[in-house]
Amino acid sequence: MAQIIIPTPLRKFTNNQAKIDSNKNTVQAAIEDLAKQYPNFQKHLLDEAGQIHPFIKIFVGEDDILDLDKEQTTLENNTIVSIIPAIAGGSYNYYNLLK
Amino acid sequence: MLLTTISEIPLVQKVHQLEKQIGNTPLIPIRNVFWKKDVQLLVKLEWQQLGASVKTRPAFNIIKSAIGRGLLHQGIRLLDATSGNTGIAYAHISAVLGIPLTIVLPENASKERKRILKALGVELIYTSKFGGTDEAQEKAQDLATKYPDLYYYADQYSNPANWQAHQLTTAPEIWEQTQQKITHFVAGLGTTGTFVGTSKGLKAFNPNIQSIALQPGTALHGLEGWKHLETAKVPAIYDTTLADQHLEISTLEAYNYVKQIAKKEGLLVSPSAAANLAGAIKVAKQLDKGTVVTLFPDDASKYGEVLQQLF
Repeated sequence: MAQIIIPTPLRKFTNNQAKIDSNKNTVQAAIEDLAKQYPNFQKHLLDEAGQIHPFIKIFVGEDDILDLDKEQTTLENNTIVSIIPAIAGGSYNYYNLLK
Repeated sequence: MLLTTISEIPLVQKVHQLEKQIGNTPLIPIRNVFWKKDVQLLVKLEWQQLGASVKTRPAFNIIKSAIGRGLLHQGIRLLDATSGNTGIAYAHISAVLGIPLTIVLPENASKERKRILKALGVELIYTSKFGGTDEAQEKAQDLATKYPDLYYYADQYSNPANWQAHQLTTAPEIWEQTQQKITHFVAGLGTTGTFVGTSKGLKAFNPNIQSIALQPGTALHGLEGWKHLETAKVPAIYDTTLADQHLEISTLEAYNYVKQIAKKEGLLVSPSAAANLAGAIKVAKQLDKGTVVTLFPDDASKYGEVLQQLF
């Protein structure tokens, strides 16, 4: 079971859950599943074509999925998936959860 | 003949000399991306000043105010958390004034920004890429609390000198450059300093001027410096009474305008500048008559990754 860390600004769309377990095998499937479970979450992550917004970076463990197999990066048991904006600004503070 | 070296010039005099290089940016009409009879759309090219962005105005005023109050001098380090243009603006000003500068920034700030800051002699302290600017702010606050004799913590999100810079400079410039004809002011919300200060200043000249606040359409976005207030920490300096209207701009809309502004107006601007224009055009389309003003906070020179994606 992989674990997706929900960034603080998006938690209001996941009933304030900070971590969500996923039994999906790839990043794309896990994100789509998340968007299906929490419909209001969808527009913040996916574009109209269902693709992850280009200004969002997804990390699997410490690695950017762009350096792995992109959206098809496989998820293993206990993998931590992090969603962060491509730019460094904003107001996101969920690092403490990873400690 | 007696020569005076620059290090011997008193700090207050250096500040006074530097003031001439802050603000006074050109206001130009947009005619090709948008045109409507009897509606004028004007933008201020804020990169045409020292530090190459709108942030030079608040950075300078924050520094000037701290020096004036005796809180900042050449024997103490200026400290703030910023991943963007404010840090670069501090760096340019501090270099001229001989004030040492420490910037706390998330490690995922762009390479271009880190390179500029290093070139200007800034000490950089990195925080995690997962923590964003909130964690950088916490780190800066910790340092300031732990070493009060070493640092002056500027805290741009809470410092009134931020918005006052725009009340004192941006608003009167717009008022004069439009020959008192401005009817609508449009700007995105980040630290909210530009929107708050310029709106206050303009409404003091004419209370009928409408202020339109822009926000990103989604919590995570690609508009450097902007905040989605519904989900972000609202800056202490934000004044909720000022906005006559709120509009949302998506990152993709902004990217589309980056392309259009380049091809039709001959200006290569940042995504947040393009987002400001997107908002101003939405406002202008609703009018039969009026003068709509917005700012282009910076050009595209620090957005290599975005340009690579778009062109």
